[in-house]
Amino acid sequence: MRQSFDEISAQLKGRHRKSARLKWMSMGALGLAGLFLVFFFTDMLIKGLPAFQQAQIQVQVDYNEMAQELPLAAVEEEMRPLVSRGYLRLIPGRMEKNPDLLGTTRMEWVLADGQVDQYLKGHHSNLSGSEQSVVDELADNGRAELKFNTTFFTRGDSKMPELAGIASAAMGTVMTLLVTLVVAFPIGVMTAVYLEEFAPDNRFTQIIEININNLAAIPSILFGLLGLAIFINFFGVPRSSPLVGGLTLALMTLPVIIISTRTALRSVPEDIRHAAFGVGCSRWQVVRDHVLPVSMPGIMTGSIIGLAQAMGETAPLIIVGMVAFIPDVSATVTEAATVLPAQIFTWAGEPDRAFTEKTAGGILVLLTILITLNATAVVLRKKFERRW
Amino acid sequence: MQTNQLILLFSGALLVLGLIAFFMGRAKAAKVRAAGTAMYAQPDQYAWFAALATAGPAVAVGAIGSFALLLMGAEIPTLYLLAGSLVVAAAGMMVAMMQVRPDFHARKAIEKTIRWILASAAMISIFTTFGILFSIITEALRFFQMEGFWDFITGTTWNPGASFLAAAGRAEEGATAAEFGSVPLFAGTFMITLVAMLVAIPVGLMSAIYMSEFAPARVRTIAKPVLEVLAGIPTVVYGFFAAITVAPIIVDIAGAFGLDASFNNALAPGIVMGIMIIPFISSLSDDVINAVPDSMRQGSLALGMTRAETIKDVVVPAALPGIISASLLAMSRALGETMIVVMAAGMRPNLTANPLEDMTTVTVRIVAALTGDQEFASAETLSAFALGLVLFVVTLALNMVSVIMIRRFREKYRSNNL
Repeated sequence: MRQSFDEISAQLKGRHRKSARLKWMSMGALGLAGLFLVFFFTDMLIKGLPAFQQAQIQVQVDYNEMAQELPLAAVEEEMRPLVSRGYLRLIPGRMEKNPDLLGTTRMEWVLADGQVDQYLKGHHSNLSGSEQSVVDELADNGRAELKFNTTFFTRGDSKMPELAGIASAAMGTVMTLLVTLVVAFPIGVMTAVYLEEFAPDNRFTQIIEININNLAAIPSILFGLLGLAIFINFFGVPRSSPLVGGLTLALMTLPVIIISTRTALRSVPEDIRHAAFGVGCSRWQVVRDHVLPVSMPGIMTGSIIGLAQAMGETAPLIIVGMVAFIPDVSATVTEAATVLPAQIFTWAGEPDRAFTEKTAGGILVLLTILITLNATAVVLRKKFERRW
Repeated sequence: MQTNQLILLFSGALLVLGLIAFFMGRAKAAKVRAAGTAMYAQPDQYAWFAALATAGPAVAVGAIGSFALLLMGAEIPTLYLLAGSLVVAAAGMMVAMMQVRPDFHARKAIEKTIRWILASAAMISIFTTFGILFSIITEALRFFQMEGFWDFITGTTWNPGASFLAAAGRAEEGATAAEFGSVPLFAGTFMITLVAMLVAIPVGLMSAIYMSEFAPARVRTIAKPVLEVLAGIPTVVYGFFAAITVAPIIVDIAGAFGLDASFNNALAPGIVMGIMIIPFISSLSDDVINAVPDSMRQGSLALGMTRAETIKDVVVPAALPGIISASLLAMSRALGETMIVVMAAGMRPNLTANPLEDMTTVTVRIVAALTGDQEFASAETLSAFALGLVLFVVTLALNMVSVIMIRRFREKYRSNNL
């Protein structure tokens, strides 16, 4: 069958159009992923930023005898439902500490109830009509304001949204990650050094390698089952403690550290090893004095990324009981504790609208820390990366 | 408390002994050398050997002893155990001091010890796998003794309801018998994974094609890490996002079409999970497509094929094993994903083909069974391990197939950077 030039060029045009279409479609796919990222971060910022502000109202606090027994009596009747009950509870203690307060009356900025906070932020609240008008009046007189929420960073969990904070969860995260680092880093680096520098290429080594790759792909929740059955039920490590959480996460982070350390070790040129062997170093001396120092930036980068991954992990920690309600900041690795992602999970389950805001606020903090960690890793790599 | 203090005391004593051994060993070796005798190793190496010989056996004895204490219930008081270890340490020190002689290869001895230490560190990853297998299988077997294996695999009703009464020996009080048919859970898991893959494979693959075939280098260097951010966001955050933002949007959209959607619908967690695993697919596919030899592209273009035809008929088919491998890896990720479904999918086991209804998954039931207030030996708690076993087997199989496919691809094109 013969075709005229016109037909052929028309066909060609069609083919080139198809080619262009594929280009735009694939660009669109990438754009879609990027668009989602933008949408996600905007959504989180809109939901979470209000959590960093908290309503405070100025009320007259009357430190009388009655307030020692019944803290509510310290403020005017009209204000009582508007002031945070958690704040009122502290009044008798303050009077005990500072007896001079007794009998004085002063205007104070105090923490408002969570509902007042929501009302001032323009969200739905359960305040009655008369309460709303009181708050409106206070706001007009400059006696009700949204101020920076220090409580959120200094206190632990609470059932009252205005008093709930991430301090205890942050402390728990630090302790859990310390345990993870102390366990996973040496073991991971030692394993990688063994596999790269010492191990003969035999069956045993191959089994270890396959096994490590498999471990990296096992769902994290199964590590939680391991933690529950082995660490808690068998070894008797206290439940909900940073110790058991850290150990579980360490086993999970181990493959990440091993794999990245091996990559770092492999990128060290053979010349360095040959030179060191040439002057009579033993294998261990070569590794300790030459290979490890040179590959340290790569190892650090991998470990930071592994730690960041462990930091965002929730599922295995839920299984080992780290979703406990922890109002006070604890300081040992064997006491019950919670971690940031678990705190977020707990708050996400609260029906109160005010907690949604706290949840998103906690997420912003967590994301900030994670982005900082990962950025540090990237900077480290950029700064110390060597091309041989 | 007392044990803690004892262990602290023991560690302190061991440290002091090790230091003494170190300095004594070095002093002795230095003296021998100062006398003009040629030695096989440096004084420092003798010193390290002495320290290792002191601390090593003592720590080993302590560890084995406490393990025996736990495992076999042997009644050795901690005090005696630690004291015994210290005696071993002292003996080790004596032996080490005697070994500080000119004809002793201290460096080789250290080398051997370190090799053993490193090898035992490498064994820990094997122990982890065995630990997971052991813990899951033993508890799952206990579950299968209570509830039949076939009822578990083929049953269509999941109703753990009153199983705690049976565990407490009051079975007859329960209104309905507990049933553990896991088919609805598998159906839910499958549905959500399917939705996730329907989102992730097209977007991930197309992004990979754009990055490796069309995009200028500058776009590529920016786009790749930005996509990786998607995989770095914690799953609990995705879960919150799916439940609070995406699910209501889907309910609204379904409502606009006159459809009735549940707020715990399977679509929301599926879509969000799909977005999460985009980078798993795009990253690996990108690497694989880049590994396809340029001679193939050149050959195709030389024959007059357009770019799209080259990609569609030459590059992608060549890279297919790698792409499938990436998809399988992403799938195993989606199957085992927990937080997104715990927060956004339903709790009710529901056998349906409608993604707008609420469905539950294997991982959700594992979490639900283990965070409940039931005693450990109850059938509901143990069912978590049976579900975990299924999850382990399925994800392991997917990973294995994925590894085999990528290895085949690598051998075919002799590409080493995969």
